[in-house]
Amino acid sequence: MKFLPLLWAGLWRKRTRTIFTLLSIVVAFVLFGMLQGVNAVFNNALNASAVDRLNVVSRISFTESLPFSYLAQIQSLPGVAGVAHQSWFGTYYQDPKNFVFSFPVDPVLFFPLYPELQLPQDQLAALVSTRTGAVVGRELAKKYGWKIGDRVPLHSVIWTQANGSSDWNFDIVGIYDAPNDPNQAVSFFFNYSYFDEARSFSKGTVGWYIVKVKDPKAAMQVAAAIDKRFANSADETKTQTEKEFAQSFIKQQGDISFIVTSILGAVFFTLLFLTGNTMMQSVRERVPELAVLKTLGFTDGAVVALILAEALVLSLVAALLGLAIAAGIFPALKSIIGEARLPANVVSLGIGVAVLLALCTGLPPAWRTTRLNIIDALAGR
Amino acid sequence: MPMIVSLKNIVKRYTRGKQSVEVLHHLNLEIPQGEFLALMGPSGSGKTTLLNLIGGLDRPTEGEVTVAGERIDRLSGGALARWRARHVGFVFQFYNLMPMLTAERNIELPLLLTQLSRAERRQNVAAALEIVGLADRARHKPSELSGGQQQRVAIARALVADPTLLVCDEPTGDLDRTTADEILGLLQTLNRAQHKTVIVVTHDQKAADFASRQLHVDKGTLTDAASLS
Repeated sequence: MKFLPLLWAGLWRKRTRTIFTLLSIVVAFVLFGMLQGVNAVFNNALNASAVDRLNVVSRISFTESLPFSYLAQIQSLPGVAGVAHQSWFGTYYQDPKNFVFSFPVDPVLFFPLYPELQLPQDQLAALVSTRTGAVVGRELAKKYGWKIGDRVPLHSVIWTQANGSSDWNFDIVGIYDAPNDPNQAVSFFFNYSYFDEARSFSKGTVGWYIVKVKDPKAAMQVAAAIDKRFANSADETKTQTEKEFAQSFIKQQGDISFIVTSILGAVFFTLLFLTGNTMMQSVRERVPELAVLKTLGFTDGAVVALILAEALVLSLVAALLGLAIAAGIFPALKSIIGEARLPANVVSLGIGVAVLLALCTGLPPAWRTTRLNIIDALAGR
Repeated sequence: MPMIVSLKNIVKRYTRGKQSVEVLHHLNLEIPQGEFLALMGPSGSGKTTLLNLIGGLDRPTEGEVTVAGERIDRLSGGALARWRARHVGFVFQFYNLMPMLTAERNIELPLLLTQLSRAERRQNVAAALEIVGLADRARHKPSELSGGQQQRVAIARALVADPTLLVCDEPTGDLDRTTADEILGLLQTLNRAQHKTVIVVTHDQKAADFASRQLHVDKGTLTDAASLS
């Protein structure tokens, strides 16, 4: 603490240069916070995937439907504890910008497989007994001000009704919570029976199956057994763990992790040279002053520590500012990625990167001071 | 009177590229505690090299340097730095103050290496400022002070940790006569009132006249010595 004025004086020796360096690091960390934040949200969702659930999709393509008749066949296989199905409905509410993650399901089969979705029993019963009933995540209900008893029209970009209309009406009969997975609290579930009866094509099919296995260790064997069961049929299947399924779904949008890593790699590589050059220049200009410190009795270690501390303060202050700005902007992405807060692990990682940046940029000039000859430096040689 | 500095058979050679130049040749010197010594001589005579050896900024090629009872030529880099912090106060021709720090922060620098509390450090800094007559300039930066005032700040910095000896390299070389006399008078007062051992390198006879003893360094040897008091 007593070295703070000395540290501060070193940093503010060239005020303009320090401010511009600080700003460039801030911008880099805003970018880091936003990109890494999005990446982390996807990864957190993947990590939250259950280990005892499998997803069965068409081998041809994720978008191809599977026959409804597979349900009973999958259920009969050894190691299977439960089966449900889900389909992609593809809808928006009032405006195409208001995309809604909506899925027709059989509530009796579906909800027992997802204990993380907390829906009161009476609301589940209401969904089962109401043909046009729907249950929505609390976040989604909050977003559009929906409450139980509301009638909500959704426009499907895929499914038309037999009467040619793409507008589907639903009655909200329940609101579920998903305390451990905010992504799930933005979905819209309704009765498959209503969907299948009313749609104009592909009747008797589902989007994919969800299979709960009795023993997670045997998940791969069960997956292989399912695919074997439907091998050489008209609708061959591809069974994956929930995590693999989510990964392949996300990769439909591109390899986010690779894109994020590439962009951030380029940004920080440039920043390394920029900040490193600034630190090197700053130390070079202060050689006589550092020689005076050594004359007064500061050891090589103390001078190295002082320079590293300068680099650390600059890097950490800028990183925290950048991450704070990113955290401020992040809620704006809620409608796209379903998460309103910058994940804490991104902040921790950012601080780690800032420390690494400080060490990489501070160590070379700091190390140079250990070879500084006091007499030559004081004589300006 | 006990000897505070003892140099025995000192040889100092500098090597620049393939050339080796011997700056000090088998030099012997003893300085008693409490002395005000002036080292005089022409440029390149080796007087600053001699001062650097006494102050622990440089090491001899041969010979023994004992200062304040310690063989400093045998100390490691870190130990020598700690020894300097404890025993030596330095005053330079061009003051060598930190431009971004105020006078009081500059003076406080050597105290940062001690275990003193903040309050104790402030107290010592205030006392040093009082001694050099700059109590009203504590919050001024070097650029806001005259040359003489900056040198007073440098003396206060040299004094503040209560060193065993003060080592001054051309302390008045950049000052006008009047200011130079004030600075030398201050060093003389410190020597007489606080019994500080002061070693001054100068080529100015008037500056040397403030000392109690004058030694002449010429071509790397002590060629002339005169006790004036």
